[in-house]
Amino acid sequence: MSETRFYQTGTFAVGNRLLDSDGSSVQSDPDRANSLTKGHRACQGCGEALGARYALDAALRATEGRLIAANATGCLEVFSTPFPETSWRLPWIHSLFANAPAVSTGIAAALRAKGRSDIRVVGQGGDGGTVDIGMASLSGMFERGDDVLYICYDNEAYMNTGVQRSGATPPAARTATTEPLGATAGNNFSQGKNMPLIAMAHEIPYVATATVAELRDLEAKVSRAMEFHGPRYLHVLVPCPLGWGSATADTIKIARLAKESGLFPVFEAIDGRVGEVSKIRRQVPVEEYLRPQKRYAHLFAGEGRADVIAALQARAERNIERFGLLDPDEDAQGPELLELLARSERGPQ
Amino acid sequence: MSAPEPAPRPFAITLDVGTSLANHTGAWRVERPRYVSRLPPCSNGCPAGEDIQGWLYDSESGGEGYEHAWLKIVRDNPFPAVMGRICFHPCETACNRAQLDEPVGINSVERFLGDEAIRQGWTLPVPAPSSGKRVLVVGAGPSGLSAAYHLALGGHHVTISEAAAKPGGMMRYGIPAYRLPRETLDAEIDRILAMGVELRCNEPIEALEHELARGEYDAAFLAVGAHIARNVDLPGGTASHILDAVSMLHGIEDGEPPQLGRKVVVYGGGDTALDAARTARRLTGVDPVVVYRRTRERMPAHPEELQQAEQEGISFRWLSTVSAAAAAPPAPGEVHGGARLRIERMELDADGMPQPTGEFEELDADSLILALGQSADLALLEGLEGISIQEGVVEVDERMMTGHPGVFAGGDMTPGQRMAAVAIGHGRRAARCIDSWLKELPAPGVPEVQLAGFDELNTWYYADAPRTVRPLLEDIRRQSTFEEVVIGLDEDSALFEARRCLSCGNCFSCDNCFGVCPDNAVIKPGPPGEPYAIDLDYCKGCGMCAAECPCGAIEMIPEEI
Repeated sequence: MSETRFYQTGTFAVGNRLLDSDGSSVQSDPDRANSLTKGHRACQGCGEALGARYALDAALRATEGRLIAANATGCLEVFSTPFPETSWRLPWIHSLFANAPAVSTGIAAALRAKGRSDIRVVGQGGDGGTVDIGMASLSGMFERGDDVLYICYDNEAYMNTGVQRSGATPPAARTATTEPLGATAGNNFSQGKNMPLIAMAHEIPYVATATVAELRDLEAKVSRAMEFHGPRYLHVLVPCPLGWGSATADTIKIARLAKESGLFPVFEAIDGRVGEVSKIRRQVPVEEYLRPQKRYAHLFAGEGRADVIAALQARAERNIERFGLLDPDEDAQGPELLELLARSERGPQ
Repeated sequence: MSAPEPAPRPFAITLDVGTSLANHTGAWRVERPRYVSRLPPCSNGCPAGEDIQGWLYDSESGGEGYEHAWLKIVRDNPFPAVMGRICFHPCETACNRAQLDEPVGINSVERFLGDEAIRQGWTLPVPAPSSGKRVLVVGAGPSGLSAAYHLALGGHHVTISEAAAKPGGMMRYGIPAYRLPRETLDAEIDRILAMGVELRCNEPIEALEHELARGEYDAAFLAVGAHIARNVDLPGGTASHILDAVSMLHGIEDGEPPQLGRKVVVYGGGDTALDAARTARRLTGVDPVVVYRRTRERMPAHPEELQQAEQEGISFRWLSTVSAAAAAPPAPGEVHGGARLRIERMELDADGMPQPTGEFEELDADSLILALGQSADLALLEGLEGISIQEGVVEVDERMMTGHPGVFAGGDMTPGQRMAAVAIGHGRRAARCIDSWLKELPAPGVPEVQLAGFDELNTWYYADAPRTVRPLLEDIRRQSTFEEVVIGLDEDSALFEARRCLSCGNCFSCDNCFGVCPDNAVIKPGPPGEPYAIDLDYCKGCGMCAAECPCGAIEMIPEEI
């Protein structure tokens, strides 16, 4: 028998009936926590609802259910907890828009005071609550070294209040407050706020980015984050069909294209240094990512804006070069599969 | 006493705290997902009607899965080991994976399973209790044996009448042993005979009318094949050493190899021409020449056979016809005289048909083998009422029944492509229709199904994997012996190959739908293989499950509003 094993979908799909349970994802478990349960009021095809369940279910598994979450105001709070209903199946507290990191700090401090080192804390919010309104308290949480994993679900605008621009809105994207006017359409080409890099600048132990299109990667990063103590930051790209003007069925596809085009680099940084990078598997031009989203429709109307598309392509190229997203020598199956294959000794059953 | 007072609520609060499960978001839905099973292109392309995706799925788990897979094959085709060698696998031509990298090596996995079955002695399904009906099958080729097998499974008593000394038809008398070892063929035929099928060899049926008149049979299935070589009128042909490929291959099987001399020319461009040429190479030790009137691209022989023939040293004269043959005296030391062939160069017209150019050349040969097609010997049908013969083959209806009630026919003697898989499919279809005819039931219908096209797939989820190629016997042994040329896959490679299947149109329990639903509205009831369900109380109809299903087994249908 040779040692080469091949499992049809490898680890790309959520589950794999040919792999043993060590290789299965949290989400493939019929008894998964479902931290965010059904009946929530998120829009059809909501990436944030999916991303939050993926992340917190993985965190609950990593902490064996001993987890408390503080949640900034935003979509995630509004659609999950309109009084008197709640969709959360873990201890969860709603903070103000600006202070989820500070509330998380307080919970962590209280647990420390009670000597409950077994219980861990997650703070979470959208991109508005994280990169704009809550940034000062988040930076403070990083700087003080509090033992909190903060997760930002980034849908690139204030969706809850009607799709207004945030500090995380990408260039050229149309929002309610970046209406295309005259020759300059959509959001401006400023440097924006790259929160993962800002977090890395705080020299905290763990920073990572992920998307809802790569479940195994996201789950692995949550588990990894829980192995560290001190402030940790996870930035998850969660497409918003409403705000981005994409089809409800395409949420995962759009997230995948964001990564495969190079516009959203998926990486991990430990102690301020970039380590593992999720390589591009099937590279696409940015146009393939932009076209299915109505927030970029003005780039393709009339004669089109080849110059703006080229500028966005240049951003993608810069990411590819900066993070080393392309590796022609890398096995096309992705490092996670190879690692799994090495671990799994199980032959045909 | 009155009911206990409800707990006082805070100011302005009128409801108790509760879970969002009270909120049935399914009411938002305008479309709903539905699990479907689509027909994969492989099964659609299989003339024998195998559930290919189904048996690959079973094989994918390895171990006991192999026997389940084999049982799924023999539900439709009792010859996996044979067809895993000789089938020209239209399934692979149709395979969706070809558009991703290369088609799944279905044929090689089938052979692996067929060989495992023989090695481990797996047994065919148990026949139904005896129906008391008797069916005559004429011809023990792939079609006749397939029909006999399916009829026996249905509990009918089958008697096969075979003209040759051994059963197998063209599988034995047309396909050389280096492509199909006889022990493999015998093993799969013996398994059918062990079901109680009665085989009478060396018993050609001269007149079916008389045979049926004796009243021993309730129905008959005719599958006499096409064993008569088509001839060509060559000036001077009778004088020289000319033979036909069909008789030559048949003779070898009967232990009577032909005298070929050294230089052999084969005339024709089909698979039989190549079989004859490759056989001649093994008998003479000299490279034969194949003369064909059209080009390589237009040759009807299958590319694999052509490639293997070239590897063995067969050379080709394209765009050439043999227009005359004159006798030549025997070369010193030879018994037979040879032939001097007049070869005319051809050119293709606008329709791709060869046209003569008037340019000639000469080619010396010790013997000329004609491989110009075959026709069916239908003499046994003479006098039988209602039979219609068109262009040398017997007309049948959609039940495979001839114009004579109770007499069915299939295989090469009926219209259709002449290949073993088609013949096996005919036998299966005929057996099922004979069964319903005997029971006076309507013929089984052919269900209408949706095809699982490449566009239905989400190929992102499949791991990249190139095809496993079956090793070939070294050239030198192929040129002189009748050892099998293509060697089977080992278990590891067969498993790898089976797992390359994309499972087009049929759920393979990947959990994607269960994982990607933002509303937790997909229910996973249990272990792999059990179907998922949609919780319509909460499904908002976003369509993500359908979009992210790798194999296209979910469709979105509009809600009635």
